[in-house]
Amino acid sequence: MTAMHELTLTGMRDGLRDGSFTARELTTHLLARIEAAQSSLNAFITMTADAALAAADAADARIRDGSARPLEGLPIAHKDIFCTDGVRTTCGSRMLEDFVPPYDATAVALLADAGAIVLGKTNMDEFAMGSSNETSFFGDVHNPWREGLSPGGSSGGSAAAVSARLVGAATGTDTGGSIRQPAALCGITGLKPTYGRISRFGMIAFASSLDQAGTLTRTAEDAALLLGAMSGLDPRDSTSVDAPVDDYVAALDASLEGLRIGVVQEFMGEGLDADYAVAVRAALAEFEARGATLVDVSLGNIGLSVPTYYVVAPAECSSNLSRFDGIRFGHRADNPADLEDLYRRSRGEGFGAEVKRRIMTGTYVLSAGYYEAYYLQAQKVRRLISADFARAFEEVDLVVGPTTPTPAFGLGEKTDDPITMYLNDIYTIGANLAGLPAMSVPCGFVNGLPAGLQLVAPAFGEGRMLAAAHQYQQTTDWHQQAPEGWS
Amino acid sequence: MSWDVVIGLEIHCQLATRSKIFSGAPTAYGAAPNTQANLIDLGFPGVLPVLNAEAVRLAVTFGLAIGADIAPRSVFARKNYFYPDLPKGYQISQYELPIVSGGTVEITGDDGTLRRINVTRAHLEEDAGKSLHENFTDQSGIDLNRAGTPLIEIVSEPEIRSAREAADYMRRVHELVRYLGISDGNMQEGSFRCDANVSLRKSPDAPLGTRTEIKNLNSFRFIERAIEHEIERQADILEAGGSIVQETRLYDADADETRSMRSKEAANDYRYFPDPDLLPVVIDDAFVDGVRDAMPELPDARRKRFIADYGLRAEDADVLVGQRPMAEYFEAVAATAEPKLAANWVLGEFTAALNRDGTAVADAPVDSSGLASLLARITDKTISGTAAKQVFEAMWAGEGDADSVIDAKGLRQITDLGAIEAMVDEVIAASPEQVQQFRDGKEKVIGYLVGQVMKASRGKADPAEVNRVLRDKLSGG
Repeated sequence: MTAMHELTLTGMRDGLRDGSFTARELTTHLLARIEAAQSSLNAFITMTADAALAAADAADARIRDGSARPLEGLPIAHKDIFCTDGVRTTCGSRMLEDFVPPYDATAVALLADAGAIVLGKTNMDEFAMGSSNETSFFGDVHNPWREGLSPGGSSGGSAAAVSARLVGAATGTDTGGSIRQPAALCGITGLKPTYGRISRFGMIAFASSLDQAGTLTRTAEDAALLLGAMSGLDPRDSTSVDAPVDDYVAALDASLEGLRIGVVQEFMGEGLDADYAVAVRAALAEFEARGATLVDVSLGNIGLSVPTYYVVAPAECSSNLSRFDGIRFGHRADNPADLEDLYRRSRGEGFGAEVKRRIMTGTYVLSAGYYEAYYLQAQKVRRLISADFARAFEEVDLVVGPTTPTPAFGLGEKTDDPITMYLNDIYTIGANLAGLPAMSVPCGFVNGLPAGLQLVAPAFGEGRMLAAAHQYQQTTDWHQQAPEGWS
Repeated sequence: MSWDVVIGLEIHCQLATRSKIFSGAPTAYGAAPNTQANLIDLGFPGVLPVLNAEAVRLAVTFGLAIGADIAPRSVFARKNYFYPDLPKGYQISQYELPIVSGGTVEITGDDGTLRRINVTRAHLEEDAGKSLHENFTDQSGIDLNRAGTPLIEIVSEPEIRSAREAADYMRRVHELVRYLGISDGNMQEGSFRCDANVSLRKSPDAPLGTRTEIKNLNSFRFIERAIEHEIERQADILEAGGSIVQETRLYDADADETRSMRSKEAANDYRYFPDPDLLPVVIDDAFVDGVRDAMPELPDARRKRFIADYGLRAEDADVLVGQRPMAEYFEAVAATAEPKLAANWVLGEFTAALNRDGTAVADAPVDSSGLASLLARITDKTISGTAAKQVFEAMWAGEGDADSVIDAKGLRQITDLGAIEAMVDEVIAASPEQVQQFRDGKEKVIGYLVGQVMKASRGKADPAEVNRVLRDKLSGG
């Protein structure tokens, strides 16, 4: 019999329903795995074992009496950026080391209402600013595929936890690739929905116009299952969108036959690891063999996405993080001499180097005399990038390419050079700037490390995108590969 | 030397919504510190603002009332600065695209003629909390009850020419927002406050001089005095050959002077940018039409109508229109009573009674139909004006309607000519000295004699009739 942790989220659901095991057994088993993995992976910041076991017993009772909800008893973890009522929420920062929110994020509440059980809060880059999980105040996360390598970031803890079979699935957030990039580097499936699909209420803001919650799962099918539960209009988030929530699981059966897939030319050339390119081309060939049509598409302005992102995101973050001033919550310096000193030291001590770098960059680009040259200009380029995608979608149903330029890199390898680090998100940032749904699915290996194929769909085209990914996963087994030692 | 004075005003007016502009917390004033602020007002990590539709409606109401343009699309922006009573480290305001642009406010100019002051814009924003520096040793207290309270900031063009005009402008705007229910206008509680930008120049053709800004003027008297002082201060500097430093100044009402608060160099770079948490405010014609249809007659129009239709004096019309319930009460009385008489009574006895008891018009024990029926008894000569005051007091005290009080107190006026002549004869006989004085041409004595007759009638005789009979008899005799 397959070990419980080997099952996908959907497999766990079936096992619970048919009585193969109980939610308590499943929860206990995974809690033990998390505990055992902590010293090597450091994927979690906080565990919620007691609450999880209590929830598991309640789930078992519901399963017994036939009142099970869609995600009843399914073990998940939340990225530590989602506020959880009564459970410490650090955002990977010293600033919030002891912060216990008095409320649940909407996404957290929706998953709880659907019956999911939270085993803990996962490690992440500080305030989601990073692509390697190295900016976390709570230490590096290691990639389950090879110790000493980065799992990617910022949702690195969530990606490592799912990859190492510690939880059935995890939530993440994606501002410039923070779900898709770690999913690719850890060999799992990562989905960032359309901007506005999942409420941002209770998700600690990094860059409000780019942040979007999503899922890290083993399969596209699992992603569909979770996405349905997390999506929908939230009256507490003005930017959430009142678009119908499709039955994403039901949509998975759509055939690849006739699907028009645009291959982004700008993503297949210089900068892409040669072996990675081979894996991506093989995946494209698989789609073609299954009846899809491949079309070359060009996103003429996509080369400007990284500089555009590194104006818009820091600008918004410099303002969003102003509330961490040591006055009402979060880290507060000891014995401040005066107000200025209180601000200076509380923020100086509470924030790490990368967060400070972005706050300063953002403050600069919004300053009088620079606003037009940087912020306004970036907004214009952002519209051009959106228009490029819109033009592509006149011809194709999805656009695809690699998720990252290279597979997982070593911890410490890129920390000295922020620009090199930023370039890791070169393929993923465009979807955030355009607000489009995008996902990464495992598509092969480079030197024994996972590579990811990125799919991008038109706004609210999650159903079609998930179906394509699911169909691909029906005839490939890249997503079923477990890192050595974690199967 | 005489200077051309240039003044522009920024009025911060709290909107009369029940909840805050971006959260569901109540806006009630005077609660214990930090009890009217929820997680959104406190700027907790992860929370998001959601715009209160009522605040938008009130801002649009103001815009329509001053004949302004309502932006079909306006945008909230963040004004970034650090201060302990500003929970998020930024204030949500409107910057490049305000909801209201243009419009005019009519004031009385210094030469007595009407002047239209152009309004640049009025934008929606949230208020900050309050820092409390008293009652704390080596510390400051912060009360965030006010944080997130909806405001409109109304910015005038620099077209105001004197301290008096500035106060008049402020009064007119105050009257308007109270009249339309846009704001309670309570100046002590900070619901209506003003910053004044003041500069001087040699002539109206000269370029604008360097200006100073006087902050937080919360009374009509203060604004007038503060600006007068500032004009004097600037004139002294300029006449001594100095130059004005652009700065923010604070009016100290106790010392009756303005003093420097911060210079321009120390001013913040607010790094405004569109708030990504809020969608643009989109207002269609149907919404604007709905607000317009629901708007009452505006004070200016009503004032003019009171003067034209009811023949009221401008001052009386002003006072009546100053408070919408008073204007409505007056109109209800004047619907049946003689308008000037109605105005005299509403502004006289009625207002005096309200003030004495601290009662609102809506709660007055004598309603408009009650007062109208009393005035009808004066007009049909059932009672005298003097007696009517007694009747009014009795009605106010709840002793019944006008007719029953008149009957109960026996105040019905004596209209029987024979009875009046008899009383007049008695008074003439009893007052030979005064009669002689009158006949010697001392006209004023007639007042004394009328008074004596009225006294004899216990106020029930018609004084006009008494006067006529007295004159008849004195001149005839």
